[in-house]
Amino acid sequence: MSTPLKPLPAWADVAVIPLVNVAAAFVISGFVVLAIGENPLAAVQSLVLGALGDLEGIGYTLFYATSFIFTGLSVAICFHAGLFNIGTEGQAYISGLGAALVALHFGFLPGYTLAIAAIIGAAIFGAAFAAIPGYLQAYRDSHIVITTIMFNYIASAIMGYVLVNVLRKPGQMNAESEPFRDTALVPQFHDVLAHFGITWPVTPFNLSFLLALLCCLAFWLLIWRTRLGYEIRTVGANPTAAVYGGISPARVTIITTLLSGALAGGVAANIILGDQHRLILEFVGGFGFVGIAVALMGRAHPVGIILAAILFGVLYQGGQALSMDMPKISRDMIVVIQGLVVLFAGALEHMFRRPVATLLARRTTQPPI
Amino acid sequence: MDWFDSFIVVFASGMRLAVPLILACLAGLWSERSGIVDIGLEGKILVGAFASAAAATFTGSVWLGLLGGVAAAVVFSLIHGYASIDQRANQIVSGTAINMVADGLTALVGNAIWSQGGRTPQLPAEAQFGAINWPFVNEIGAVPIIGPIYQHLISGHDIVTYAAFLLVPLTYWALYNTRFGLRLRAVGENPAAVDTAGISVRGLRYSAVIICGVLVGLAGVYLVLSQEGYFQPHMSAGRGFIALAALVFAKWRPWPALGTCLLFGFLDALAIRLQGVELPIIGPVPVQAIEALPYILTVVLLAGFIGKAIPPRASGIPYVKER
Repeated sequence: MSTPLKPLPAWADVAVIPLVNVAAAFVISGFVVLAIGENPLAAVQSLVLGALGDLEGIGYTLFYATSFIFTGLSVAICFHAGLFNIGTEGQAYISGLGAALVALHFGFLPGYTLAIAAIIGAAIFGAAFAAIPGYLQAYRDSHIVITTIMFNYIASAIMGYVLVNVLRKPGQMNAESEPFRDTALVPQFHDVLAHFGITWPVTPFNLSFLLALLCCLAFWLLIWRTRLGYEIRTVGANPTAAVYGGISPARVTIITTLLSGALAGGVAANIILGDQHRLILEFVGGFGFVGIAVALMGRAHPVGIILAAILFGVLYQGGQALSMDMPKISRDMIVVIQGLVVLFAGALEHMFRRPVATLLARRTTQPPI
Repeated sequence: MDWFDSFIVVFASGMRLAVPLILACLAGLWSERSGIVDIGLEGKILVGAFASAAAATFTGSVWLGLLGGVAAAVVFSLIHGYASIDQRANQIVSGTAINMVADGLTALVGNAIWSQGGRTPQLPAEAQFGAINWPFVNEIGAVPIIGPIYQHLISGHDIVTYAAFLLVPLTYWALYNTRFGLRLRAVGENPAAVDTAGISVRGLRYSAVIICGVLVGLAGVYLVLSQEGYFQPHMSAGRGFIALAALVFAKWRPWPALGTCLLFGFLDALAIRLQGVELPIIGPVPVQAIEALPYILTVVLLAGFIGKAIPPRASGIPYVKER
C-alpha cells in the first residue's frame, strides 16, 4: 500500500474536508442541471431568491429548517452511540398521533398547557415507537437498520388505519382528524410578532423553532457535558471498552433510541401543531430521511446541524420557486442533492482526504531555498 | 369449485407480484453473501425501471430496453461497490445515498424529457414482453384442477418471469456447487482467509456487486417492460425493502428466498383482493394489517422468536488488508 499520510491538522479536519465533500455534491448537482439543459448559476440564483429573497420566503425556509433540525438531531444522537437510525421518518409519523390524541382529548387543560402537553405526547409516542427497535437491538441482537426500515412501513400502515378508520370524522372524504382547538396550537411567529406591533408575512414558521434551538443546546450539553453523554460516545467509539469501563451498552442503546424518537417528535410539533392544526396522512413526507443528510453534513454536532438544516430549508423552499421558474427542474432535484450530500459527506467522506493532505503537505514542506 | 378458481386467480396474481421481489431478493443475496450489505435495492429497481423505459421508448426495442435497464442498475451497483470496497465506506450510508439519488434522479430526468410529471410515454405492445403460451393451453385448460393450474400458473407468463424462477436454482447451484460460489460465500464470512489463500477479496466482491446490479436491474425491467408499459416516479413502492425483508426472513438462502417472496407476493395479492370485503366475525378486513404483515413477520424473526436469522459474518465490514 502507499505511504501513510501525516494526520491532517485539526482545522482541516473540521472545516476543509466537510466543505470539500459538500462542494463535490453541489458541483455534481450542477452538472445534473447542465445535463437537463438549464443554466446551473441561474438555477442557484432563482433558488436563493425564492428562499431568502423576501420575509415570506425566509419564514418558509425556517419552517422547513425547524423540522430538519429535529430529524437531524434524532439521527445524530444515534450516530454518537454508533447506531444508524433510519426510522426517524416513522417515529416522527407516529409522534403525530401522540400530538393529535392529546390535542383532541385533553381539552380540559387550561390555556397553552394543552399545547405543551401535546408536544410531550408527540415526544412520548415517538420515543415509544423507537423503543421497540432499540430494545431489539440491545437485548435480542437484531440489527437496528433493518428493524427501523421495517418500522417505517409499519408506522405507515398504523397511521393509514388509524386515520381512515378511527380518527376520520364520519361523512368526511379526506383521511384526516378533526381540527384541534386553538389552545393546542403552537403559535406562529406572525401572530406573536403582531403582539409587539411588528408585521411579518403569514407563514407557518412557528415557535417550534425556538424549541428546536433549545433541543440543540440540550443536545450539546448532554453529549459533551454529562456522564450519560460520555457513556453514549464511549459505546459509539468502542462498545468493548465501554463494558470494561463499567458502562452497559444495552442500557445506553435503549436510552439513546428513546431520546432519538422523542427528538423526532419535534416534527409533529412543528408541522401538526404549528401548521396543519389537524392530523393528516404522510405529513412527514421524507423529512426523516433529510435528517440523515443533515446529521452527516453537520457531523452530528448541533451547530453543524443547524447550518445544514437551514441549507436544506433553503433548498426545499427555493426548490419550489425554482420549479416555477424552470419547469424542467422539478422538486425532485432536492432529493438528488440530498442523496449526493449523503454520498459525498457520508459514504465517500474519506475520498478527498488524501488529495487534501497531499496538497497541505506539499505546501508546508517546501524546501527552504 | 368456485373457491378453487378464485384461489388460482389470487395465486397467479401473487406470483406476478412476487417476480420483482424474487429478482431483487436474489440480487441482495449475492451482494450480502459476499459481505456487501445492500439497502439500496429499492433505488436500483427504480433506476433499472426508468432506464429500461427510456431505452425502450427511444429505440422501440424491448431487448435494448432490457439492456439499458440492466446496465443502469449495474452502474449504480458499482458506485455502491466503489464506496463499500475501495473507500471502505459505511455501507448503510452508501445504500441510503443510492436510494435517494435514484428516487430523485429518475423523477427529475423523466420530467425534464417528457414533461408528464416524471411519467414516460406508454410503450407500444411490440416494445413490451408478451405472455408466452405453452402448447395445448386451451385443451389442457379444460381439465379440472390440473387445467387451471397449467393455464394460469405455468403457462402465460413473460420471459422475465420464467427467468426469475430459473435464476433461483441457478443461484443455488452457483453458490453451493462451484468454486466461485464457495469463494464468494467465504469472502462474506472470513475475507482474511480468502486473502491468505491468494484470492482477490476485491475481485470477488466486485463480481458479486455486478451480479447484484444485473438481477436488481431485471426487477426494474420487469415492472416496466412486463407489467406497466411505462415508468412512473416511485413506482418501486417499497419492493426493494420487502425484498430485503424476504432476504432476512429466508436467512440469506436461495430456496427459502423463493418461498418467502412467493408468500409476500401472495399476501400482497390477498390484500388487493380483500379490499372492502366483509369477513365473518372480523368484519371489514384491515387491509393495512395484511400489507404490514411482511414487515412484522421479519421483525419477529429478527427478534429471534421464530428461529434465528444470522447474517454472513463479515457483512457490512470493509476489508482492510493490513492491520
